[in-house]
Amino acid sequence: MPEWLLNFPAMTPDALRSVTRSIDAGYLSFSRAFGDAIESFFDPLLLLLIWFEQILLRTPWVIILMVLVLIAYGASRNLRLVAGVLIAFLLIGYFGMWENTMRTLAIILVCTVIALMIGIPTGIWMSRSDRVQAIITPVLDVMQTMPIFVYLIPVVMLLGLGKIPGMLAVVVYAIPPVIRLTNLGIRLVDKDVIEAADAFGAGTWQKLARVQLPLALPNIMAGINQTIMMALSMVVIASMIGVKGLGQPVLQAVTNQYFALGLFNGLAVVGLAIVFDRVSQSYGKRLQQHR
Amino acid sequence: MDETHGQIEEMQSAIVLQRLTKLFGPTPSDVLPFVHQGLDKNKIFNEHGHVLALRDISLKIETGKVQIIMGLSGSGKSTLLRHINRLIEPSAGRILIRGRDVLSLDKQELRKFRQHQISMVFQRFALLPHRTIQDNVAFGLSAQKATSSAQRETANTWVHKVGLGGYENSFPAQLSGGMQQRVGLARALATGAECLLMDEPFSALDPLIRTEMQDLLLELQSELGKTIIFVTHDPDEAVRLGDNIAILKDGELIQHGAPMQILTSPKNDYIRTFIQDVNRGRVVSVGTIANGETKTCDGPDIVATTPLAEAARLLTNHPDVSARVVTEKGHPLGSVTLTSVVEAMAAR
Ligand SMILES: Nc1ncnc2c1ncn2[C@@H]1O[C@H](COP(=O)(O)OP(=O)(O)O)[C@@H](O)[C@H]1O
Ligand SMILES: [Mg+2]
Repeated sequence: MPEWLLNFPAMTPDALRSVTRSIDAGYLSFSRAFGDAIESFFDPLLLLLIWFEQILLRTPWVIILMVLVLIAYGASRNLRLVAGVLIAFLLIGYFGMWENTMRTLAIILVCTVIALMIGIPTGIWMSRSDRVQAIITPVLDVMQTMPIFVYLIPVVMLLGLGKIPGMLAVVVYAIPPVIRLTNLGIRLVDKDVIEAADAFGAGTWQKLARVQLPLALPNIMAGINQTIMMALSMVVIASMIGVKGLGQPVLQAVTNQYFALGLFNGLAVVGLAIVFDRVSQSYGKRLQQHR
Repeated sequence: MDETHGQIEEMQSAIVLQRLTKLFGPTPSDVLPFVHQGLDKNKIFNEHGHVLALRDISLKIETGKVQIIMGLSGSGKSTLLRHINRLIEPSAGRILIRGRDVLSLDKQELRKFRQHQISMVFQRFALLPHRTIQDNVAFGLSAQKATSSAQRETANTWVHKVGLGGYENSFPAQLSGGMQQRVGLARALATGAECLLMDEPFSALDPLIRTEMQDLLLELQSELGKTIIFVTHDPDEAVRLGDNIAILKDGELIQHGAPMQILTSPKNDYIRTFIQDVNRGRVVSVGTIANGETKTCDGPDIVATTPLAEAARLLTNHPDVSARVVTEKGHPLGSVTLTSVVEAMAAR
């Protein structure tokens, strides 16, 4: 059999090397030129994150616990859920993971807020135009299927290690569900009701605020929920580029084969995930009580 | 002279549709010539890929009257109705409302027009599930940007007028279908619009509830005198509610006239089969069948506008006599007998 059928006629290693090198060099010079500017662009976010982290770390744990319990109750009106939240956080504290949990909580909340502030308007924009949808959908597909580690690389090259690149990675990773489900939710709103709003002469904003968003809310809430979950799972990986929190001990445990340490911190992440999930879901359900 | 007469007539008609044609498809203007050549609906679909929903409809709708649009499913009723508030744009033709060309309105003017001049009631209610009854009724008012106290007050009045007092803070899902459509009706009336579009508003309801809603509409209409365009596929409903009935078939206007006129002289077999099951006793008046001389009459006088069923009841005690049919002023028009009345009621 001829040689070229057995081995794929690939470009020579030298050629490949020169391609990758030139891409890397190009990106490197880009990041040298603009890295600082981009970093200072994100400074306000860094300040926000640090400020919030400090609040969570400096406030006595009893007060934080009370606030968490009140939020859980306010969102769900479900005492069993509230008890679950209380127990989860008591265990986290008792096993010495309080501080890391607060750090993780801070970055999750800040990242989620950013993701929603960008994601919901993007979803609305997408729902209003088939062209925009056709352009953004493949971008979201790439964002969701690209292996997570791959897009840590350019972020680190651009911004180095630290909180900002970590946040950026988390937001990029977590934002697709809320965009997708906002778009889908608005597109699925009952056509009759939209027609009624048009027939009564409602304006674009009125229609959006009083009809489309409220009726799309179940889907948007599902998107928010998924976004939080993805942010949480990304936070562990982002510890590789210097994000502090529950991810760091997990990373340590992996490299040093500390099974128990990894397990405890892993369980704390699971606990946080369950708390976020149940509380946000029962809040979503409560908003839908008229159905 | 003729011209001014025409203009006066148009002013009296609340709504005038002139040669309205609607093609659904990618390039309606390319296909329009074939419509004018008279190519039929199927050919236009098979050979040109467009759905001909309306062909050359001209119709004058009188102020303060109930205009019925009737026809089988797919005949273009909803499409026609949605042209009047421009939820659908025509492929050709004109729409005048109180002499004003609706197609000339820009976006802003169209919104104002929909907020104040014309409102709509939908087959599947189309209420906001997350808002209370009160808020739903106030929807049109909030689109008008009325003050919140005015919204509350007006909405409250209409909630009571449609018989939903006490349900202000309920949600639509907690109400039966009939009650939900009362909300739809109140929402439409609350804006104060002169003109009301109703797209099969009672078709989704049980027969008993449907009659109840028809009664409510007639009662409100006798007080309000709105210009109502009411779409239905139910001939009983049409003759019960309508001052005029327009019948569509495959997007064409087949006949337009008062209910009695359509019942007594249907234009073709399509209309004849359509109306054959209508309860004539209730809608046909005895004046339309009065004939012959009146000197030998020995029965009671019957006013010409009396429905046949009522006349039959008056005559059951006089089975063998002929009765005079008179105008309201007592002027004799002709005579009827119990037999002739019952025959007319049973006519096909
Ligand atoms: N948006 C649309 N696109 C294509 N065809 C349509 C559209 N709306 C209505 N039609 C067609 O136009 C015709 C009239 O429809 P419609 O006005 O809904 O009838 P009706 O209300 O009498 O049942 C039907 O053949 C229907 O399939
Ligand atoms: Mg219809």
